[in-house]
Amino acid sequence: MAQHTTLSPPAESSLDADAAGLLADAQAEFDRMMAEDSRIEPRDWMPGAYRKTLLRQISQHAHSEIIGMQPEANWISRAPSLKRKAVLMAKVQDEAGHGLYLYSAAETLGQSRDTMMADLIEGKARYSSIFNYPAPTWADMGAIGWMVDGAAICNQVPLCRASYGPYGRAMVRVCKEESFHQRQGFEILLELSNGSPEQKAMAQDAVNRWYAPALMMFGPPDDDSPNSKQSMAWNIKRFSNDELRSRFVGMMVEQVKVIGLTLPDDEIRFDEDTRTWQHGPLDWGEFQEVLAGRGPCNAQRLERRRQAHEDGAWVREAASAYAAKQRTKQMDEMDQVA
Amino acid sequence: MTGPSTSAAHEDVTTGVAGGDGNASATRITPGNALRPEDIALEVRTGAIRPTDDAAEYALRLGDDALILAQRLGHWISRAPELEEDVALGNIALDQLGHARSFLTYAGGAWDKSEDNLAYVRREHEFRSAHLVEQPNGDFAVTIARQFLISFYQYELYRHLMGSTDATVAAIAAKAVKEVDYHRDHSAQWVLRLGQGTDESRRRMIHGLRLMWPYVNELFDEDPLTLRLVASGITVAPAIIREEFDRLTGQVLADADLEVPDVPAAPGGGRRGEHSEHLGYILAEMQVLAREHPGANW
Repeated sequence: MAQHTTLSPPAESSLDADAAGLLADAQAEFDRMMAEDSRIEPRDWMPGAYRKTLLRQISQHAHSEIIGMQPEANWISRAPSLKRKAVLMAKVQDEAGHGLYLYSAAETLGQSRDTMMADLIEGKARYSSIFNYPAPTWADMGAIGWMVDGAAICNQVPLCRASYGPYGRAMVRVCKEESFHQRQGFEILLELSNGSPEQKAMAQDAVNRWYAPALMMFGPPDDDSPNSKQSMAWNIKRFSNDELRSRFVGMMVEQVKVIGLTLPDDEIRFDEDTRTWQHGPLDWGEFQEVLAGRGPCNAQRLERRRQAHEDGAWVREAASAYAAKQRTKQMDEMDQVA
Repeated sequence: MTGPSTSAAHEDVTTGVAGGDGNASATRITPGNALRPEDIALEVRTGAIRPTDDAAEYALRLGDDALILAQRLGHWISRAPELEEDVALGNIALDQLGHARSFLTYAGGAWDKSEDNLAYVRREHEFRSAHLVEQPNGDFAVTIARQFLISFYQYELYRHLMGSTDATVAAIAAKAVKEVDYHRDHSAQWVLRLGQGTDESRRRMIHGLRLMWPYVNELFDEDPLTLRLVASGITVAPAIIREEFDRLTGQVLADADLEVPDVPAAPGGGRRGEHSEHLGYILAEMQVLAREHPGANW
């Protein structure tokens, strides 16, 4: 051992200087990784604002998956064929799985699932507003799959390259499953469109109702989206809201012809100058209303989540208590062996 | 378990609505070539397989148990105590629905009826489900008690049915038994956790077992059909399965420091079309849309 010496504390100013120097090095390393478009992992240093932005985005995404289970779970018991029932069950189950990966990804940023769940139930956290619209008919299962999941795919495929490793990797699996979800929605609409006049009308009605809300899933127009710029600089977001929306419109325009239905927007056109798809005006006032909690199902969705969570409290407590007892038992057994 | 059963459901979509793989065999399953209801339907359509009336009646019982249970379990999806349980109960529901589709498709072969025809157009007294699977979900402990009883029963039954003289019944059972083995594990683990977790969970678990136990006897009832099926080697004597059921459920209960509830058995009657008061509501909900559009394709 080294000879004991009396350490005098370094002067405060030199400590600050060291810390500032370390911080500057870490920031420079982070900036270099952003410039190289490489990945940030949970143990890497990251700016507080980057962590906060990601945590907000990933947890909102997880909440959206969990709340998004409800309008579809609503139809599991009434699915009109056993095959459709099986496919719908598998789909809603996938969404619970997506919620799980995403909460796990968010946990790597230092917040527990319990805290995130509490924020959701208390109305402190947001989820995608699209799930505050009702699913009154079977055709909504088709429209949600084809349009809502379709929009989600446009949004999420670029997120597979998000700069935060756990998020990007979670999105790879999520996207694979989402593309199945979109196909099943497409197939439901196709079958309805080729069915009886009542079935076809049901399908067209659902497409009419979900069209504008699906387009608004990409968020406000670029001029009015203050956070987008920073997210793009951090390689979280790769394309702007309007770019993604345009891409989605282009996809639907072709597919709706195959389905044999129409989109409720006669202003859709391809603009040769900007090489983008243009659409009719969207009611952003309604978007803000639903976002502010005044949508058709906001209260219902949150209440259902709250109730499931509270009804399950005794089960979670029992599981923890049992696990603790098992650990004690194992330790006692090990003591006896020793 | 999540992998195989969900991916099987996913594959259905890619093969289209008509489905059915000419190279698959309803009576021969190989690794990576899981038996699907579409394959059974194809063999029924082409006349390659056709159940005897007795085998069809029997498949109807097994299919109805699985279908009604799937319908009950499906309600938990988006309402479970933990996300992991949304996935687990959804998975079990999906497995049961898969078994139901296979058994109903096979049963329908005797009467030229499809699985959907049997599920959506039959009336209440034409269903053959046991009262146990019709019981309401209750709280999580009630659902676990029901799962505990049905999964241990189904496991023993399917294990024996793998040796059935009816090759299709044997093939469906061979696929189902692997999945039900997981259902058994899931329910037994929860009986242990709830039985030994907290005072409240123990009280609820005991209550759940008391609510469900009256419907155990019906599962093992012998009637003229089962006697004929035993004689022809299509199924096994219920008393044989009962013995194993009692032994294995007894072990789990002992480990959980719980007892077999001392409650009178209910008479049952589901196999004769005499159902609990609950079934009417289950069918009303399940059939409403299909009945609104008779003959429609979905």
